[in-house]
Amino acid sequence: MNLLEEITKVFAENGLVGAFLMVGAVMMVSYFVSRRLTMGRIHGSAIAIMIGLALAYWGGTQSGGTKGLADIKLFAGLGLLGGGMLRDFAITATAFEVDVDEAKKAGMLGAIALAFGTVVPFIFGCCIAWAFGYRDAVSITTIGAGAGSYIIGPVTGAALGASSAVMALAIATGVLKAVTVMIVTPFLAKLIGVNNPQSAMAFGGCVGTVSGVTGGLAAYDPRLVPYGALTATFHTGIGCLVTPSIGFLAVRAIVGG
Amino acid sequence: MTIYGVALLALCYMVGSFLGDALGMLLHVKANVGGVGIAMLLLIISRTWLKKSGKLTHPLKLGIEFWAALYIPIVVAMASIQNVIAAVDGGPMVLIAAFGTVALVFGCTALLGRFVRGSTNWDPHAESVLSGDPE
Repeated sequence: MNLLEEITKVFAENGLVGAFLMVGAVMMVSYFVSRRLTMGRIHGSAIAIMIGLALAYWGGTQSGGTKGLADIKLFAGLGLLGGGMLRDFAITATAFEVDVDEAKKAGMLGAIALAFGTVVPFIFGCCIAWAFGYRDAVSITTIGAGAGSYIIGPVTGAALGASSAVMALAIATGVLKAVTVMIVTPFLAKLIGVNNPQSAMAFGGCVGTVSGVTGGLAAYDPRLVPYGALTATFHTGIGCLVTPSIGFLAVRAIVGG
Repeated sequence: MTIYGVALLALCYMVGSFLGDALGMLLHVKANVGGVGIAMLLLIISRTWLKKSGKLTHPLKLGIEFWAALYIPIVVAMASIQNVIAAVDGGPMVLIAAFGTVALVFGCTALLGRFVRGSTNWDPHAESVLSGDPE
């Protein structure tokens, strides 16, 4: 009997339970490192998220797949624990801790932030696409959409019939945006004034990408997570609505064809 | 009963997903429009109603707050299944588009932040739940 094979089998057959164990171990190491090596200066959850991203990179090099560690049989359960269903279930649960009065006060601000968060990345992404030589409205719109999030990019590309190469670029842009937000938020949040429920709602609307916002805020100050999530979760829907329609028409009017 | 809390959370989630899908179909978008946001609003409304009618029991709260407290570990699992390779190997256009976008939207946040004077009086209970330590 091969011990390693047996262990792999137990983890593969009990994916979700195995994932609880693995994430628990990562959290334990991270909080230890945070306390002992950084004297609490870097939040334990920030370290845990960075370890997660590093493991995702390693997993990608091992399997050649697109789902980070989850493509390796031993770690497949992480795909369930970190997948869309449980993530959104837990995000919803954080709303239970929302201070209703604070959230109400930021309603208008959240709407303005969502407008910014939809329009600004799109225009910037389109300009970059133009600068890199793309001249057809479909490709420019799709890449612009990718700057919104890694969901808006492919949804827009599919709606407009973009080539798969352009779709891949849009997805990569969205993923890199999310990963960058997760990593830099704990270091920059103070600088941009994110320290209360209302500014967190503005942050969620402007930045958009749900995984980036929630990951970044969790790593900076978990109390802000529900407020950021509240606006960020609307960002994808609005982006998917506006970008392939109004966004595409605007780009076509400017570049033609 | 703790399961009532979990079930309430599931109900909000399901109704939110359904309404988000319906909204997407209505608007001819191939995506869920704001489903999680709607679910969050439903949960906030439910809590207000439960509190008013005195039905917000400790076990019920536990059923919901357990999941809120597991939020960070779930985000860590989410980080570990990202396509980081594609993100890093995307080439110069992807790098510039992504980093530039992040810089711009952070700038927008700073700009909007000038117009708020949010309170920083935190409810200690909310704080401990979201940090992963519900009582």
